[in-house]
Amino acid sequence: MTSPPPRPPVFVPRASYRQRRIRDMARLLPMVGAVLFMIPLLWPQRGDGPGTGEVQMTSGAIVYLFTTWVILIALAAIISRLTGSDDASGDDPAAPAGRA
Amino acid sequence: MTFNQLILIALAYVAFLFVIAFAAERRAAAGQGGWTRSPLIYTLSLSIYCTAWTFYGAVGYAARSGLEYLTIYLGPTLVVIGWWLILRKLVRIGRSQRITSIADLISSRYGKSAVLGGLVTLIAVAASTPYIALQLQSVTLSFSVFANNGATGWGPADLNAAALWVAAGLVVFTILFGTRNLDANERHHGIVMAIAVEAVVKLCALVAVGVFVVWGIGGGVGATLARIDASPIAHWEQSGGRWAGLMFLSAAALLCLPRMFQVLVVENADERHLATAAWAFPLYMLAMSLFVVPIAVVGLDLLPAGSNPDLFVLTLPLSQGREGLAILSFLGGFSSATSMVIVATIALATMVSNHIVVPLWLRSRRTSAVVSGDVRGVVLLARRLSIAGVLALGYVYYRLSGGGTALAAIGLISFVGVVQTLPAMLGGIFWRGATRWGAAAGLLTGFAIWAWSLFLPSFGAGEVIPIDVLANGPFGIGLLRPQALFGIAGIDPVVHAVLWSMLLNTGAFVIGSVLTFPTPLERLQGAQFVNVFDHSTGARTWTQGAAGAEDLLVMSQRILGATEAQAIFQRAAAAQGKAGYLPEVTPDFVALLERELAGSVGAATAHAMIGQLIAGASVSVQDLIAVADEAAQIMEYSTRLEAKSAEQERTARQLRDANEKLTALSVQKDAFLSQISHELRTPMTSIRAFSEILGDPGISPADQRKYAGIIEDEAQRLTRLLDDLLDLAVLENGQVTLNRQDGRLRDVIDRAVAAAGVGTGDIVIQRRRGAESLALTTDLDRLTQVFINLIANAAKYCDALQPELRIWLHQVNGVQVVDFTDNGSGIDADSQQVIFEKFSRLGDQGKAGGAGLGLAICREIMTRLGGGIAYLPGQGGAAFRVTLPQPLALAAQ
Repeated sequence: MTSPPPRPPVFVPRASYRQRRIRDMARLLPMVGAVLFMIPLLWPQRGDGPGTGEVQMTSGAIVYLFTTWVILIALAAIISRLTGSDDASGDDPAAPAGRA
Repeated sequence: MTFNQLILIALAYVAFLFVIAFAAERRAAAGQGGWTRSPLIYTLSLSIYCTAWTFYGAVGYAARSGLEYLTIYLGPTLVVIGWWLILRKLVRIGRSQRITSIADLISSRYGKSAVLGGLVTLIAVAASTPYIALQLQSVTLSFSVFANNGATGWGPADLNAAALWVAAGLVVFTILFGTRNLDANERHHGIVMAIAVEAVVKLCALVAVGVFVVWGIGGGVGATLARIDASPIAHWEQSGGRWAGLMFLSAAALLCLPRMFQVLVVENADERHLATAAWAFPLYMLAMSLFVVPIAVVGLDLLPAGSNPDLFVLTLPLSQGREGLAILSFLGGFSSATSMVIVATIALATMVSNHIVVPLWLRSRRTSAVVSGDVRGVVLLARRLSIAGVLALGYVYYRLSGGGTALAAIGLISFVGVVQTLPAMLGGIFWRGATRWGAAAGLLTGFAIWAWSLFLPSFGAGEVIPIDVLANGPFGIGLLRPQALFGIAGIDPVVHAVLWSMLLNTGAFVIGSVLTFPTPLERLQGAQFVNVFDHSTGARTWTQGAAGAEDLLVMSQRILGATEAQAIFQRAAAAQGKAGYLPEVTPDFVALLERELAGSVGAATAHAMIGQLIAGASVSVQDLIAVADEAAQIMEYSTRLEAKSAEQERTARQLRDANEKLTALSVQKDAFLSQISHELRTPMTSIRAFSEILGDPGISPADQRKYAGIIEDEAQRLTRLLDDLLDLAVLENGQVTLNRQDGRLRDVIDRAVAAAGVGTGDIVIQRRRGAESLALTTDLDRLTQVFINLIANAAKYCDALQPELRIWLHQVNGVQVVDFTDNGSGIDADSQQVIFEKFSRLGDQGKAGGAGLGLAICREIMTRLGGGIAYLPGQGGAAFRVTLPQPLALAAQ
């Protein structure tokens, strides 16, 4: 009764390992998306002063943003299909990491 | 196309929605609502994120600021595709804690604090008011477009009247479908269905207009892109602050908007639906925003200068003479506005009634709350009044703001207000150190900055805040100028408000949390929320209750309704192994009851109500600490131990059973051996004796015949015994070959009755010959043998004065069985276990003609045939159930 509960295993079988990496991808995807959506801010703008060369047109921006968007949606679809929604492996850094 | 026709179309559309909502409610009530819980419907219901702001405002936004409108959809996309991080946790918490609204979430997390719940409710109502005004404004404007298109133009009075009518209509619809049941945790099937339909309508309408613009007017994709590059918004000109700031704002708003919380968390039927929505909802938003820029550009190009760009979606088709398309577009905008208002008012009304009205009502009658009348009536009435009140506030804001502001600008004001709950919410579910003082400090700080720097100025310069204060700050303090806090001027007003409110809000939240100490209940709830995936079951919060189960039942009935409450109590009683409606008042039961009540009136109120009943017995600090955190882990460990020891106990019991059976058998076996040697020796002795006598000369022929007859009988008895033994050996070794034939059960029983040699005097056999026409394909001879044995046994052992045997064919769990039940005293429980064992014989040895092999043979035969035989206890007499060979019986049916 007083002994602590067994710790989760450090090494897991191949299938669980793959599942964990897919969940890592699921967590990473929004960060990737945020970076991609911020890239347009690096493009040359009209107000940037003389000598900055060509100015980015809106049509190009539309193509870039919507293409990125579609790719993110496709990735999200693939990843959410691969993630088992059960957290039986108990591997959920978001929860135990918050232990105060 | 007259204006009246338009009104008719709008009314017909509303009637159509009524029908859909009614049908969905009816189906759900009939238990056929399963399909409304599909991931598709869930995704479509999320689309209330796209309101009239999206439908009308996005085009206006794009015409004014280029691609900036996209940030409003890119931000939520990031949150939704990252569902694994935040949304999944929110949904899990919402389900395990029976959360009813975002105010409930925060109140529940911070120790079920009623004050915090009220505070969040106030912020949500204040922040949503401009948003609802936006919807009223857009619907009114769209009406005016058609009115002005006709002969009679509209004045401001007409606009106001239209807005009032729209608001009144929405109140009626929302009250009808939104307050039907009290439990906010139950899904509003009708409303969810109606907004799903509206989601489809608005998407179709916007895409239709877009397709018409790109291919009908623009001349294809390439030509449209070229047209964009020739337009006033041809160049990529975005301020980095607004681009990133608005993306953050909209992402946060998706989590914090009361209506989004309602559809995302409260109405969520299944956590896995999130996995579908993760890609389907961004796809929906993409489709909604795909044609915005083309519509804006073509509108700027073709429509006269000075036209309101917020209405291009309507005016563009109208100017091209496409009335049908314009009407579709009108319905799309109407859908966007109404679906948002309906869900938002339901969410807000739930919050207002649960966190403001009911707590105040309870406090006002603190002593008599237990015995007074029906709380349900009060809560429902509060909810209905709140719906009307929220819409009234929206209308007032619409009138005050003059109805002339750009839609997107109003929407952003609302967003900034609503996201003030973000630090308290995210901190609450990820940081156990967050306390209610921190949360309250953060909320108040953020709310004050929002109101001062964005909300109040939005009524117009000089309306609420004097122009002088706007320019120089209150009392001439320049550092507090509403739109240039701390003396930093020149930031965009929205970015300015987001930046300062979020920074100071989070700062106050963190500092407040670090400096204060949480109450025990807060610590407990914090652990439950943050570690929701570790242990989803609620920990107990009450010690042994002083309240009687009956008091609790009386109170629950008033909140949940009689049927519901009784069902819960009965279930709990059954789970404790008690009959009736009154379970033991254990801490577990009280916690369960509190969660159920929380689903109706919110966590804080439920806690307070139970607290009144349990008065004084509520939990002590030591109790709480004992169950929190580490103790929770120990509890989990001990349940695991319990499970293990239960398993060991099961195994031990099985072993004990096996041992008892073995002992009984060995006793039986000894008895059998002596019996069989006796059985073998007796005939042998007589055969030897009489054959010796026969050897004597001088025996009369009559005696000779007599003795020879005796020898033959005894030899037959021996043979029978040996046959039985041999038969059993063959059957057990599986060497038997089955001789399959077709036949009817009736014939088999007829033959068995005849062969058993049961005369009318011995035993009365009751049959239902009509029911016995079942066709069989099996080894009929063997089956007959089994029946003969059972009938002969009954005739032999039935000890009733007028013995009767009932043979009854019927179906049990889809399997045909024949029951042989007599009216004797049956077989006692000890013997039941061994009667099928091959060396077993029961009781009275003298009566038994056989050697105790009959039933063992029967069992072997039935096993070989693919059926079975078992003793059926509790039938009044001895009863045997023969299960007919299954696949064959089925094939014959």
